[in-house]
Amino acid sequence: MYSEKMIDSVKKVEATRPYRLHTEPKRMAADEKSRLLTAFHPDYREDQFAVLKVGPNKGDKVPKELAALLQANSRLAGIDIDLEKPDYDVDVLVIGGGGAGASAAIEANKAGADVMIVTKLRMGDSNTVMAEGGIQAADRPDDSPAIHYLDAMGGGRFANRPELLRKLVVEGPSAVKWLNGLGVMFDKKPDGTMVTTHGGGTSRKRLHAAKDYTGAEIMRVLRDEVMNRHIPIVDFTSAIELLLDENGKAAGAVLMNMDTKQLLVAHAKAVVLATGGAGRLHYQGFPTSNHYGATADGLVIAYRAGAKLLYADTLQYHPTGAAFPEQISGSLVTEKVRSLGAMLVNREGRAFMHPLETRDVAAAAIIRECTARGEGVPVSSSLSAVWLDTPMIDELHGAGTSEKMIPAMMRMFGRYGIDICRLPVLVYPTLHYQNGGIQITADAMTDVPNLFAAGEVTGGIHGRNRLMGNSLLDIIVFGRTAGRNAAAAGKMAKAGTPTLKHVKRFQREMEGAGIHSDIFSPKLLPKYTRYYRGLKGTKNGSF
Amino acid sequence: MEKMADIFVMGKKYKVPSRLTIMKALEYAGYQLVHGCGCRNGFCGACATVYRIKGRQDLVFCLACQTQVQNNMYIAMLPYFPLVKQTYDINKIKPDKQVMMHLYPEIYKCIGCNACTRSCPQGINVRQYIAYAKNGELKKCAEASFDCVMCGICSSRCPAGISHPQVALLARRLTGKYLAPKSEQLEKRVREIKNGDFDESLNRLMAKPVSELQKLYNNRDIEK
Repeated sequence: MYSEKMIDSVKKVEATRPYRLHTEPKRMAADEKSRLLTAFHPDYREDQFAVLKVGPNKGDKVPKELAALLQANSRLAGIDIDLEKPDYDVDVLVIGGGGAGASAAIEANKAGADVMIVTKLRMGDSNTVMAEGGIQAADRPDDSPAIHYLDAMGGGRFANRPELLRKLVVEGPSAVKWLNGLGVMFDKKPDGTMVTTHGGGTSRKRLHAAKDYTGAEIMRVLRDEVMNRHIPIVDFTSAIELLLDENGKAAGAVLMNMDTKQLLVAHAKAVVLATGGAGRLHYQGFPTSNHYGATADGLVIAYRAGAKLLYADTLQYHPTGAAFPEQISGSLVTEKVRSLGAMLVNREGRAFMHPLETRDVAAAAIIRECTARGEGVPVSSSLSAVWLDTPMIDELHGAGTSEKMIPAMMRMFGRYGIDICRLPVLVYPTLHYQNGGIQITADAMTDVPNLFAAGEVTGGIHGRNRLMGNSLLDIIVFGRTAGRNAAAAGKMAKAGTPTLKHVKRFQREMEGAGIHSDIFSPKLLPKYTRYYRGLKGTKNGSF
Repeated sequence: MEKMADIFVMGKKYKVPSRLTIMKALEYAGYQLVHGCGCRNGFCGACATVYRIKGRQDLVFCLACQTQVQNNMYIAMLPYFPLVKQTYDINKIKPDKQVMMHLYPEIYKCIGCNACTRSCPQGINVRQYIAYAKNGELKKCAEASFDCVMCGICSSRCPAGISHPQVALLARRLTGKYLAPKSEQLEKRVREIKNGDFDESLNRLMAKPVSELQKLYNNRDIEK
């Protein structure tokens, strides 16, 4: 499968492997990391950001692609819609069918609320399902919530909102216990002790996993539980605007059937936004590890409703996206591969960094290796990559370890004739996670009363860089919190009169700022089609 | 000149670059996917697909996002297949042999044709895990089915009308909750946290200025 040139480089990797098996590369000092990030991390490319001219974050910079959607026209512009006759009327409307939305719905249901899930694609289509590596929780005797806190705070460049991070680490063990109690099959030793590993930037082995299907396992269990509870799921239906009542409280949403484009009105006393991230906007032309629906829809509709964003200018590029073969370009190679000992190695076979630096540092170091240093392995005319030395895993832990611990990776590369126990794989950073998002309180409440948010759509928990395994944790901790609090708010709330006045107001603000957009948002789906032969294709690396 | 392949999407012919996956080939041909496309990474099971190469007898089942096109490939997608999902209260059911008889009795109609196993895009021995379920060997069923992405292809091939992914999911949930050994350490830590044992250390940490946190972070002890 590999080209001759690649094979030549593999030989160099194999030649240095015996030495590397016994030699841990040095970790970078703090100032070295800062210099590396400033010079090579995509977040620091000023020309790729735009300053918002309207809305709660006026004056803040966000990625250009996101700015274009935040400052665009409503899909309901010029459409008259009767908001008085709802198609659905519930206590709690959960928007989004991933891990956070499912957790929220389960808790709202438990609290006795009449709850409904609306989701753009199928229930469970989410980034949760692709979170492979694990979920953090400080449950080991030599670990503690405080150690977890410091790891995440340092990894987040000390920008994490302290009260959010505290909640995350304190509720970590009970989140894992909750999942285990629902039937999630965590990797355990025969005596029941959880098998735990390191992630980039952890100081204790704190990652709990279900092989390398952790998120998929969690998602299929949560989805099953939602169904067992007979919580209504309206799938293939997107929320295209929120509704606010006369007092500015969240009061439902306008929905659109993705097939027929029929518009529907949902009234609710409280709303949970759990719409996930934005990888499919392909910031800076990067490929992405995200699922098909990750198009920042929640940010757009919440922003129009007056919710403030936090750290929307910081994205996570997962250091190890598959770079070869092209068919899986951008797909995630789980960090667990590095947790198990595989090193990042350049074309000369040199380990150019410690494999367990945080993701932002690792991504920047790989970009430097492939650009400024010219030590990458060419995979196409425009892209170089580095080796992730997967055969080290079985060498370090015994034959059969890869098959047992990372079967999904074995399968993904195996489909293209690459046996990762024998051959290293080529990787390059891939757009993976939205570190920032809608600002929330520790109660998962946004700036808009009765609008709650949880999961990747929120910002603040992870500061400016998330650690591996803290997002699976955050969707559970904050998803459940959002569900419980939305149920409570829903019970208290009196039904107001739902309106779309905020959408018109936002439109006027845009006009006042001289913004004329021909884009309609939320985006809903990425456009990968070549509509007509001869027109330009996509420039997002999809083809 | 790029190497091209002829593919037939629901019977209609398109010429597409032969390096593409089926999913990307559909998009290249001009289809905006709504159904039959989820994670695009082989984990969600949304893009179950069946194809046959012109002139060949065998039907092949795959995930469209994980499979490269071939010349003369006749493609039909299976974006949805009706599975039977029984509902239950996980806290009330028990991990015994009766649970399968009660919720999914149709597994006892399995005729052992093995069509399920032969069609699984994940290479799972589906017939075997159904056999485990029939015998009440829930843990074995759970382990053998673990890599299932619930695409439903197996069920589409089953003459007995079994919803294999749902049977497996039940076995896994029962295994995860009841049959796997309890983690005493996890239980203990949850009690300690509830008891407020870690509050003070967190309070102390949160009271520190960033400069001090940075020092602590840069000099923290990292487990080997």
